[in-house]
Amino acid sequence: MTIASALEMALAAVVLGMAIWTVVARDSFAAVVGFVAYGLLLALVWVRLDAVDVALVEAAISGGLGGVLLLGAAARTAAAESRPPAEHPAVRAAAALLAAAVAAALAATVFLLPDPAPTLAPAAAANAASTGLGNPVTNVLMAFRAMDTLLEKVVLLLALVGLWSLARDRFWGGHPGPRHRADPHGTLAFLARLLPPIGVVVGVYVLWAGANHPGGAFQGGTILAAMWLLALMAGLTDTPAISSRRLRLVLVAGPSVFLAVGLGGLCFGAAFLAYPAAYAKPLIVGIEIAMTLTIAATLGLLLAGAPERSAE
Amino acid sequence: MSAATIFGLCAAVIVGLGLYGLIVNPQPLRKIVAFNLRVFLLFGVVARKGAAAGFGGDPVPQAMVITGVVVAFSATALAVGLLLRLFAAGGLATLEPDAPTRAGTEHADS
Repeated sequence: MTIASALEMALAAVVLGMAIWTVVARDSFAAVVGFVAYGLLLALVWVRLDAVDVALVEAAISGGLGGVLLLGAAARTAAAESRPPAEHPAVRAAAALLAAAVAAALAATVFLLPDPAPTLAPAAAANAASTGLGNPVTNVLMAFRAMDTLLEKVVLLLALVGLWSLARDRFWGGHPGPRHRADPHGTLAFLARLLPPIGVVVGVYVLWAGANHPGGAFQGGTILAAMWLLALMAGLTDTPAISSRRLRLVLVAGPSVFLAVGLGGLCFGAAFLAYPAAYAKPLIVGIEIAMTLTIAATLGLLLAGAPERSAE
Repeated sequence: MSAATIFGLCAAVIVGLGLYGLIVNPQPLRKIVAFNLRVFLLFGVVARKGAAAGFGGDPVPQAMVITGVVVAFSATALAVGLLLRLFAAGGLATLEPDAPTRAGTEHADS
């Protein structure tokens, strides 16, 4: 057994330990803290699987924004969280049996995967020249399977509309989430002033580097969203009213630009979302810039929650 | 054992754990957390096995995982929003149909 292999087994064991903890911990808050650690460790697993793009997303979503979202929910419901009686032992046993059967079937599948595995990597490599981008994952996301990415952005927007629709009638059009207040001389306020300039540069860099290296619109947008949330939580700024026209323009900018370019492909090119080879890279980078803004705004607002205060 | 096999087995157990947690944990927030353990690692293993053409993995499943993580996050945010709304309306974060509610003052305008 090599050192790398031993390291991987240890990593898998710790990841499993964290997964077990999130399922069995008595306290919801403790379970969510375990989930955040699980997300960060899973990012290491993605690195070991040579999927650095996915590792960035995993760390940003599971370890970062998802953690903030779930921790916030755990904190807000903790006081009144009921401890309903656990399911009947027979139900638990049946669930354990079912879960074990599913896990065993999947484990068997892992051993039965065809070798050599079918792969689209050569096809992705052969067509990389048509877009001028060096990162194969960005190529797949923005060109070869651009439709998936377009629909994913629409799903993000739909989730936000769904979240907003949970607002009480009198708060419709108002500000999402509670108004955060923090000690203006405290650590949070200090970090919220110190980090965003650095974070914004890092976010824009990750977006730009995504063309040829791991990174991209989503990873960059998540970092920008995190910086915005930091300022929100320190009370340095407030969430915009959801009736704001400017906000709504930012929210639809990404999908609209994407759709416009896609339709342009239908009119002037070969097919929907087909980029003319000469302009492929500028078009893709343009879509990504618009999408990064939309992603940052959407993610920040998804975390802020439903409108809870009316617009003054 | 290769990295793909080790993490493949790990992924299989994680799916089982998530399913178990989803069924037996009575609190809705815990169901959401269990759901978020997710199946994507299996796709990562398939991607790693498809390493070819100088890439460390097949980029197509990797891109699918990225899309999947984003969609799963959207669904989680909506689920948490529903949970907080349920909490605001009833004062209890529970799925019990006949749970006692806080005084009905919140219902008038909701």
